[in-house]
Formats: sequence, C-alpha cells, structure tokens
Amino acid sequence: MVTPQLIARLAALGVLGVVVQTAAVSQLPVAGGNADLSPLLVMAVGLLCGSLAGGSFGFGVGLFADVVSLQTLGVSSLVLLGVGYGAGRLREARDPEGTIVPIAVGAAATLAFGIGFALLQFLLGVDAPVSWALLRQLLATLVINALLALPVYAVVRRCLHGALPEDPRRRRRRAYTTGGLSPLSRGVEIRR
Amino acid sequence: MYDKTVRRRRAVLGLLVACSLILLTAYFGETGSGALHGVQRGTSEILNPIQEGGSRALKPIRDLFGWFGDTVAAKGQVEELRRERDRLRSEVMANEVRKADYTRLAAMVELDGALGLEDKGLKTGRVIFQSPTVWYATVRVDKGSDDGVRIGQPVINEESLIGRVTEVFGGAAQVTLITDTTMRVPARAGRRGEFGIVEPSSAGNPNDLVMKFTKPDARIRTGDRVVTRGTEPDDRLQSLYPVGLPIGRVWRIENEGTDTQEIHLRPFADMRSLDVVQILTNPRGGE
Repeated sequence: MVTPQLIARLAALGVLGVVVQTAAVSQLPVAGGNADLSPLLVMAVGLLCGSLAGGSFGFGVGLFADVVSLQTLGVSSLVLLGVGYGAGRLREARDPEGTIVPIAVGAAATLAFGIGFALLQFLLGVDAPVSWALLRQLLATLVINALLALPVYAVVRRCLHGALPEDPRRRRRRAYTTGGLSPLSRGVEIRR
Repeated sequence: MYDKTVRRRRAVLGLLVACSLILLTAYFGETGSGALHGVQRGTSEILNPIQEGGSRALKPIRDLFGWFGDTVAAKGQVEELRRERDRLRSEVMANEVRKADYTRLAAMVELDGALGLEDKGLKTGRVIFQSPTVWYATVRVDKGSDDGVRIGQPVINEESLIGRVTEVFGGAAQVTLITDTTMRVPARAGRRGEFGIVEPSSAGNPNDLVMKFTKPDARIRTGDRVVTRGTEPDDRLQSLYPVGLPIGRVWRIENEGTDTQEIHLRPFADMRSLDVVQILTNPRGGE
C-alpha cells in the first residue's frame, strides 16, 4: 500500500537525488566516467517498495532530471520507468535476499539505463558517429555504479524506513518468530 | 484481489509509458519557444539557485575527489614527464637561438590578445552544473541575463574557447560546449591561416575535434594551433566568435591532401573539469 508518507519521502528523495547528481556527482570524473545516481535510486526504490512505486518513482525522477538538464523530455522518464518497474517486479516475483542483490541489480539497472538511453538517442537521431570513448564511459559508469549500489541502497532504505509498505525481511522473520512454523517443522508435526 | 492488484499495476505502467511517449513526441515536435520548453525553462529558473547552493556546498567534496584523482593521475604521468623533461632539455639549446624572435612575437601576440579581449565585456562565472549524460555536452554557469549574457555569446576558460551560450535565465546560462554534436566553429590553422570548420569527431568524445572543409593543398601540420576565424571584411555575416580565440592543437591528419581531408585536434580545454569560465558579452567589441 502506497501511503502519503511514502509518497512525500519518495518525492524528497527524488528531488534531492537529482540535485546532488547534477550539482556534484556529474562533475566528479572518475576513470573517464562518472557515477549516475538516478538508476541506483530507482533500483533501490523498486527493490524496497515494489513495481508500482518503483515505476512511478522512475518516471518522476527521469522527468525531473530531463527538466533540470534541459534535455528532451520523456527520454529518461521512459527508461527509468522500465528500470524501476523491473526492479519492483524482481522483488515481487523472486524477493531476492543477500548483500550482492543491490550490487547486481544496481549494475543491471545502470546497464539497462545506459543502453535504453542510447537506443532512444539513436531513434531520435544523432548526426555524429558514436565513438569508442562513449562505450568506455558507459563501462566506467557501470563499474562505479556497481560499487556505489550498496551504499545507495542502504541510504534509500534508511530514508524510507518506517514508511515502507512491507519489508520482505520482516515478513520472513515473522513467520518463524511469532509462533508460525516453517514448512519443514509443519511436516514433522503432521507426521506425528 | 490479486487480479485487481495486477490490473492496477499494469494500468499505471501503461499510463506512465503513454505519458512518456506523449511528452517525448510533443517535446521533439515543438519549437524552442513551445510550452514544454517554457515549462522546462521556468523550472530551471526556480531550481538554479538551489543547484548553485548545492554546487557551492559540495565544492569541498568535489575538490577532495579532484585531489585524489590528480594524485593518481600525477603518479601515472611521472615517467612521461621525465621523458618530456629530457627532450625539452635538448630543445633548450635550439630554443636559445629562436628566443630573440620569440620574445618579439610573443609580445605582439600578447598585445593583440590583450587588446582583443579587453573590450569584449568579459563576465567571469562559475560552472554550477554539468550535464550528467555524455550525450549532451553542456554546462551551466552562474551568470545570466541579469549580467548581460545573451544567447550566442562565446564562452572561454583560461585555456581556450569552450562553447557558446544556448539558453539564458535570470541568474544562469546554459553553455553548449564545442564538443557537442550540434556545434560548428569556423576556424583557422597553420602558418597561412587555412580556413575550416571545427566540429566534434564523434558523440561522447570530449578529447577529439575535427576540422573539415579545408583545401586539399592546405599547409597544416601536426602540432599546429587552431584558432577561431572571426569575421573578415568581405564576409556578409558576422561570426559569433572573435578572431583568434584558441581552440586546440592538431594531432592527426586523415586523408591528407584529398578533398575529404580531416584534421583532428585536441581541444586545449579539459571539458570534463570546467570550473571558472568567461563569457564574452560583447564579442564584437567597441559597441
């Protein structure tokens, strides 16, 4: 259930994320590329809140980024919408757990965003040929984002703490600690 | 209940995709003065002070990062610089002979440069935003129409021409860099000042520009400086750029001596780490 409190926190997170990205992060070149927080934020929200909130958050962040950067409206929002929805569906369908999950999903989100953005740019028409330097920058961004995925995920979870619709960890824990039996123990009970 | 949730989720997804496509189509189809561009400009106008504040607040972190990056880069450059030092030592002897000529010419160039730019209405600004994607080579500076900045004015940094103003707000201006695929700069190169048009060689490569439309017999060599052409007395239209602003240095020539000759140059300015820039608010001077 998406509550007004969650919407307010997501809006603040999105605005702050885009401002930090444009005012600082995109001006920090690392190994020929720079970090891109947008797909990481959207991935984290998708993993924590589900596909509906993830997709909507991706759309909003993309639209805001396009507006702030004076880029073609709708490009980032369309791609980030897919990223957020995909991350949310992963959470709903598989509910993966583990430290590596945000890293892997963050890298995948960055790759999807990079490819999707490039594809749309081609569809909209780019006059000049594309250089290898672009591919190198995309790869650099992918590596940097993979390294940043875990801290960004932790920060987003901290920001949304208390407003999340349902924490998958809490849900699992409840099944074993509040009187519920695991399917294995239940089988033993039945046999007795 | 489950079906309802799924239907709702799919409906929202479809709606947002449709919104994105409508926005994209409408934005792409309208002119620069259209409604969506207006909304974008209005929002940017509101957000510029926030971005400027954020940029200032986060400058220490950027500087710290820059320091680490510079240290790593400097270590990598040690061997290269040692070789260069040895080469330069041998050149010093030869340069002594040229010193007399150089002193005279340098004084002339310096004088020309000083006279050329003093009356160009230089406005110094700080970069407060850099496009987060490599597809758009743009930066935003904290000087706008309130400071006399107008669309089309050239922008330089301490090294060379970096671009021109393409959007102006009250207290900020968007600068499209010469490495953006939409940019073309009339330029001269070589001893005879051969004419050509400088443009990016490819999207997303800030270190390589290409000079096209040069004559096949143009005497341009590797190492030659490329500068803006400016306006000549017989030109029907005035150039946006004053004459003689440095752009870059030739490092490679493709198809030399043919009609499709392409002269590759490296820009003098590092477009990925721009900090302080100057806008020529009176590029033609004396008006």
